[in-house]
Amino acid sequence: MPLFRDEEYLRVDFEEEEEKDEALWVKCKSCDKLIFKKKLQENNHVCPNCGAYFFLTAKERIKSLTDEDSFEDRTKRIESDDPLDFADSQGYAEKIEENQADTGMFDAIIVGTGAVKEQDLVLASMDFRFIGGSMGSVVGEQIVTGIELAAEKGLPFVLVSSSGGARMQEGLLSLFQMVKTTSARDLLSEAGLPFISVMTYPTTAGVEASIASLGDVIIAERGALIGFAGRDVIEQTIGEELPQDFQSSQFALEHGMVDSVVERDSMRDEIANILEFF
Amino acid sequence: MSEERTLEELEEQIDRLKSLDSRNGLDLTEEIDTLTEKLAARKEESKEERDEWDKVKLARHPDRPDSEDYLEYLTDDFYPLHGDRLLGDDNALKGGLAKYQGRTIVAIAQSKGGDAEQSQETNFGMLRSEGYRKARRLMNLAERFNFPLLTIIDTPGAYPGKEAEERNIGGMIARSISKMVSLEVPTLAAVIGEGGSGGAIAIGAADRVLMLENSIYSVISPEGAAAILWGDRDRADDAARALKLTAEHARELGVIDEIIPEAGKGAHVNFETTADNLSEALSSCLNELSGYDRGKLLAQRRKKYRDIGSYRKVVKKKKEE
Repeated sequence: MPLFRDEEYLRVDFEEEEEKDEALWVKCKSCDKLIFKKKLQENNHVCPNCGAYFFLTAKERIKSLTDEDSFEDRTKRIESDDPLDFADSQGYAEKIEENQADTGMFDAIIVGTGAVKEQDLVLASMDFRFIGGSMGSVVGEQIVTGIELAAEKGLPFVLVSSSGGARMQEGLLSLFQMVKTTSARDLLSEAGLPFISVMTYPTTAGVEASIASLGDVIIAERGALIGFAGRDVIEQTIGEELPQDFQSSQFALEHGMVDSVVERDSMRDEIANILEFF
Repeated sequence: MSEERTLEELEEQIDRLKSLDSRNGLDLTEEIDTLTEKLAARKEESKEERDEWDKVKLARHPDRPDSEDYLEYLTDDFYPLHGDRLLGDDNALKGGLAKYQGRTIVAIAQSKGGDAEQSQETNFGMLRSEGYRKARRLMNLAERFNFPLLTIIDTPGAYPGKEAEERNIGGMIARSISKMVSLEVPTLAAVIGEGGSGGAIAIGAADRVLMLENSIYSVISPEGAAAILWGDRDRADDAARALKLTAEHARELGVIDEIIPEAGKGAHVNFETTADNLSEALSSCLNELSGYDRGKLLAQRRKKYRDIGSYRKVVKKKKEE
């Protein structure tokens, strides 16, 4: 079974595309060392030199968490219709098209069923490359679809967030996705199904202030950024510099916002362990 | 200013003609009709001239009545309740028990404060995590006693502060939304000034959401959007237009239920008419919702929020492209 359905539209061969890229080497932003791309991919996008995490795309994340060939893509075939006719320097419609071409995705999320160490679940994974993983009507609808699917099939729901928040270009419709996803979340409670929220870099603003913070268990990946307001805005408001670890995974753990901080390599085991209890 | 005078003059003229008409037995119907039409057209024009940015200015007008004015006007015997029962009391969120048309309700209201001193006290209407925890506490109270909930929204946004983050303000907003959207009593929300982003929606997940004609509701402040879009906060007016943050747009997008007309120039000029209009709408919503049993109420609310969004089916694109 293919990893992702509808491949006539979804260009899923992300790794192949990477290879098409001219650069074989990437520079680690953390230690400045040049790393062989292939090696980085093999290493779950963790810098082999300093251990810093590179972004995972939604597909890479799904691959890294689910059992081989277990994932079935259930992402609805929908895309934004630019409801505000948003007047940016580049039109929003154009931006969507460009992001779709670059990522091979409809929008910033993939949803499907799969298994993590032989435990079935519904998994939704956000992709930061797609307009900062922001949540507009499509992302909201996909999350709700995933929750409804989980409730219908009696499966746990796992959401991996990687999002800057609500999507500006869809205005109020994006803001109200916070309510839409939060309201749907109750379906899981009513069906007695666990919701595990995984916060990765970044889980902020409208996504952090809604669905991502409502997990029965909340896990932060090491290196995540977790918070409501942006660091710059806070610093401007209070007129002081914030500590380096502000809004980090560890910060979130120390302030009672998440249950654990997990290394990328052990995320799969961690999720499987937690699901065992339910 | 001059435009306002023209409208007033027209109104006066019509009144004069009407009184002449009845006193002297003259038939001035035609003249009256002509002037009335002219007045209506003028009013329509002056409204159309208000673009998104004008509405932002009106919504933030220093003389615009604030939520406490509405609480006082709309409810009787407001009894304030304080504190989130954990860390403190957030003055940016007023809340308590009140009588509305003879029945007990729980009211919570974001408060910007009037003068400089009050604004300091209320932190310009920017709630901290304590405020959202207090909101949730009061929602629980409403549910326990089957009191309807009224929320009044007027905030530039949640407070971007260090302690707010340390106290999980995002999580508190999420929980406030979660509580409100599942509350087993009728819920009403009224946006009276600024509906600023997540800080506003935290108490906005109601059965019926009403917006005053000159209020705004937005996913991000126009200044914040301008900074992101053009690296220039001074282009907030362009951002306001792009964000479509007016009541009419909100209604078109299907995220609010009703627009409450403000008299003339706006609520800051004619508060009582505006408040009466709001009260009339609230009252009819509440009467309607009170007739529903719990199951119908929750099912309807769930469907309302399930359906919010705008998208289209993907038409298969050619892979060759």
